Amino acid sequence: MAWTWFHQLGSPRWFYEKSTAWLPWLISIALILLAVGSIWGLGFAPADAKQGNSYRIIYIHVPAAFLALAGYYIMAISGAIGMIWRMKVSFVVLRAAAPIGAILTFVSLFTGAVWGKPTWGTWWVWDARITSMLILFFLYLGVMALQNAFESEDAANKASAILALVGTVNIPIIYKSVDWWYTLHQPATIKFTEASTIDPSMKYPLLIMVIGFYVLYATALILKTRTEILQKERKAKWVKDLALAS
Amino acid sequence: MHAVRKQRLYLVLFIVAFASIAIGLIVFALRENINLFYPPSKIVSGEAPVNKHIRAGGCVLPGSVVRSDAGLEVEFAITDGNSQVKVLYSGILPDLFAEGEAAVVSGEVTKDGIFKASQVLAKHDENYTPPEVADMAGDGVDHQKTCEVIPYDS
Repeated sequence: MAWTWFHQLGSPRWFYEKSTAWLPWLISIALILLAVGSIWGLGFAPADAKQGNSYRIIYIHVPAAFLALAGYYIMAISGAIGMIWRMKVSFVVLRAAAPIGAILTFVSLFTGAVWGKPTWGTWWVWDARITSMLILFFLYLGVMALQNAFESEDAANKASAILALVGTVNIPIIYKSVDWWYTLHQPATIKFTEASTIDPSMKYPLLIMVIGFYVLYATALILKTRTEILQKERKAKWVKDLALAS
Repeated sequence: MHAVRKQRLYLVLFIVAFASIAIGLIVFALRENINLFYPPSKIVSGEAPVNKHIRAGGCVLPGSVVRSDAGLEVEFAITDGNSQVKVLYSGILPDLFAEGEAAVVSGEVTKDGIFKASQVLAKHDENYTPPEVADMAGDGVDHQKTCEVIPYDS
């Protein structure tokens, strides 16, 4: 049956046991990519003609912002799968994705402010890009709050999944805000349909950092999901056996 | 797909579609207010309010920057290719402020159409170039595209 893997993935125990084997790989790939990307980007990529060295914050800012947006879709899609198929693991992924996304959103807002002060002359401005990013941060916090606001787990899962789904509207708004409105934030540098407006010597370390952040995100999400599974299934026999065996 | 699951799938699609329409309408209704600044042509045509705190943004007209000898006063013009607005400012300009680059100024437009700025921000473009490449490109062939393509002599 073609759908077996999908239903297996929904079993907390199956997920926990399978992901044990994935983790060492994911952690090593993430560490290698991030080490290569940051040493290349911070140490060897040339300085920018106008901004000097302060542009190097791009190597954290852009990957963190990418994953803050992509992570929101992962969270919302897990919520949708949980609502439709009532799979246990998907709600656990929703719960795990919220704090990780909130941290990434905060990192991109913070690094943007640090870069904005010397470049623009202000660390904050209420333009469409920055404001919609702040709304994303509050959406993540809202999902986290709803997860903990209910006595019943089922109600908490449903409420936070609905908030996560409603919030998906914000993602294309963030992405297109710099094209739709006059903003202080510049339009996208990395473009998918045409040539990117960044010199190749600066672009390759950035792409490595972006891939590294994707792998780091996957690692963090799986680690957090495993912790949540143990917490949730602490009364199950397989978790007790696991605790005794270690 | 199971009938109950299909029903729940429709519910999920309905939530996303309904939220998109609702927020899309709000954003559409507020579209003018979401803009951070007015382009110079809207200030010249009188669409921007006078004697009210607003922001204006455009490219700094090359050759228009005049610094005072005694103080921090500076005057320059910003343009969007169609119209220009003269800006008066007293204070320290950001490092990236330069002629032929984009800037966002906040302040008030006086009755005679002069923008009295209380803050000047430099707007960075989406181009990242090492200094050698920027030098090789001379005036910047592919550099500062937004402010490059504007006809300054209009």
